[in-house]
Amino acid sequence: MSLLQLENLSVTFGNFRAVDNISYKIEEGEVLGIVGESGSGKSVSSLSIMGLIDFPGKVTADNLSFDNQDLQAMPEKQRRKLTGSDIAMIFQDPMTSLNPCFTVGYQIIEALKTHQGGSKKELKARAIELLTQVGIPAPESRLDNYPHQLSGGMSQRIMISIAIACNPRLLIADEPTTALDVTIQAQIIDLLIDLQRQKQMGLVLITHDLALVAEVAHRVIVMYAGQIVESGPAAEVFSTPKHPYTQALLASLPESAAGKARLEALPGVVPGQYDRPLGCLLSPRCPYATDHCRKVEPANQGDIHRQVKCHTPLDSEGRPAA
Amino acid sequence: MNQSDSQLILKAENLKQHYHVKQGLFKPNAVVKAVDGISFNLEKGKTLAVVGESGCGKSTLGRMLTMIETPTAGSLAHLGEDLLTLTKDAQAKLRQKIQIIFQNPYGSLNPRKKIGAILEEPLIINTTLSKAERKEKALTIMSKVGLKAEHYDRYPHMFSGGQRQRIAIARGLMLDPNVIVADEPVSALDVSVQAQVLNLMMDLQEEFGLSYVFISHDLSVVEHIADDVMVMYLGKVVEQGTREQLFENPKHPYTLALLSSTPQLSPEKRRTRIKLEGELPSPLNPPSGCAFHGRCSYANDRCRNETPALRLDGQELGHLIACHAVEENRIETLAGSAA
Repeated sequence: MSLLQLENLSVTFGNFRAVDNISYKIEEGEVLGIVGESGSGKSVSSLSIMGLIDFPGKVTADNLSFDNQDLQAMPEKQRRKLTGSDIAMIFQDPMTSLNPCFTVGYQIIEALKTHQGGSKKELKARAIELLTQVGIPAPESRLDNYPHQLSGGMSQRIMISIAIACNPRLLIADEPTTALDVTIQAQIIDLLIDLQRQKQMGLVLITHDLALVAEVAHRVIVMYAGQIVESGPAAEVFSTPKHPYTQALLASLPESAAGKARLEALPGVVPGQYDRPLGCLLSPRCPYATDHCRKVEPANQGDIHRQVKCHTPLDSEGRPAA
Repeated sequence: MNQSDSQLILKAENLKQHYHVKQGLFKPNAVVKAVDGISFNLEKGKTLAVVGESGCGKSTLGRMLTMIETPTAGSLAHLGEDLLTLTKDAQAKLRQKIQIIFQNPYGSLNPRKKIGAILEEPLIINTTLSKAERKEKALTIMSKVGLKAEHYDRYPHMFSGGQRQRIAIARGLMLDPNVIVADEPVSALDVSVQAQVLNLMMDLQEEFGLSYVFISHDLSVVEHIADDVMVMYLGKVVEQGTREQLFENPKHPYTLALLSSTPQLSPEKRRTRIKLEGELPSPLNPPSGCAFHGRCSYANDRCRNETPALRLDGQELGHLIACHAVEENRIETLAGSAA
């Protein structure tokens, strides 16, 4: 049984579909990478799993279940018990996601107190244990620090310690290292993957950094303008992309240029609220688009193992099927 | 002025920028050495990339090169003329030849001005062109950077991030500069748009013979665009050389760590991860000796006490490294294990 299961999840803000009928599953102990450019709906879809979409946003799904429990049908109170303990999330900017008015010790203990309880002494001991787990030196003294006294990498470690405080079974990390320097990014990713292996958590890693996903994820989902355009095992998707968008994204990376002067740039930008095309959403930017693509929205092709949303998926040599 | 191919456009020698920071009523002022002794030569049509983590002084360097800030010490020459000893008027003239593009195109364009006004402002200040001539010039440059004529009357909020960065580049080109300092020009952009902007920058370099000082933390972008690379750590250059020297034969432990921390798409290109402990030390209280010794696995007593000088690496021309361990050949073991 899957840990988390989404079927046809959509998030709408008025007339705008930020997330458009996406379906995926994640198993225990699996690292799932979600990649896409800004505005592709990566963050909104994960916020909807956490139940953090407020009015006027509206979440609809045929099925949204965690560990066989229907998240939509359960009472609000029960769902709040689940999120924060069994499902936890780490946000992009650690400097603004911690409350500047409270010490980090208070903020870690707050999460523990809400979900697990215990005496003051026990809670403090557990907080120190958590800080040790995320590799913070001299944890006893750090408990009394305020967020402004910490560096970016240190704050992100605190965020991680809060997220894993209640031993979650699913951890959603939304661009956990985007605000950090590259050597610190390496430290934080190593830490996340170590924790994920130790605790056999499901980890959803949302990022725009394709190379990062290629290094750590088992499976990858590529999103474009609110839709999943391709999904499959990470190594396969990156070595033989089937969707023209995945191909174009990979080709636009400087490291793919291999000595050539020009990068293969995809013309245009991700469509927004008012310029959503008919048919396939990529058709105005796609080099292989036909009239059929411009009129009819493609269906998902392939089995559950490897899916692609394209009329003419690319073959192993990167050319569209006839 | 000679017009040979290897014309020296910008020459910096031992540039320093020290800030005095108040620490409290009864404590003496502290000195932050944001940039501490940097030298380089930039030739016509070439790109010098400056790489490093936040707080290493790369943006301060950019601000000195464009004379937004006056260096504390050192010399900076543009086509042989020392920028720092000139009179104010002469400086203003030369300043036109060195332009800057900032990181965040959402913050660097005035939201209340139309694109036309933004582009023509440098002409109003620095030239005596008539209104019609200014508009013509703006439209020419706009077409060069891939903007359409109808964009002339629009406001910045009507553009996407990539288009705004094109506007910022166009503004930099208005005064026919020789050098453009680009301070993280693509780090706020998505990958597909980043590729468009990088292509544009390379096209413009070819067309106008521009020289770039390209400040970035993204090594894969730098590997693509740079001719020469300078790696900075806490205000000092730790390694300097051509792109090939830096990426194919990196020597300094910090460069090695940076390269190994950068995620790679293809499994063959991945390097064994060198784990760096800790974070960038505070520039208010820099470590003694080599600034990197606290995070370096090769540090010994000499590294802790004596600051390494930037010196030529034995075999290669122009490959400069500031490291005792490299000099004493203590890193040999690592090169063996990584291969």
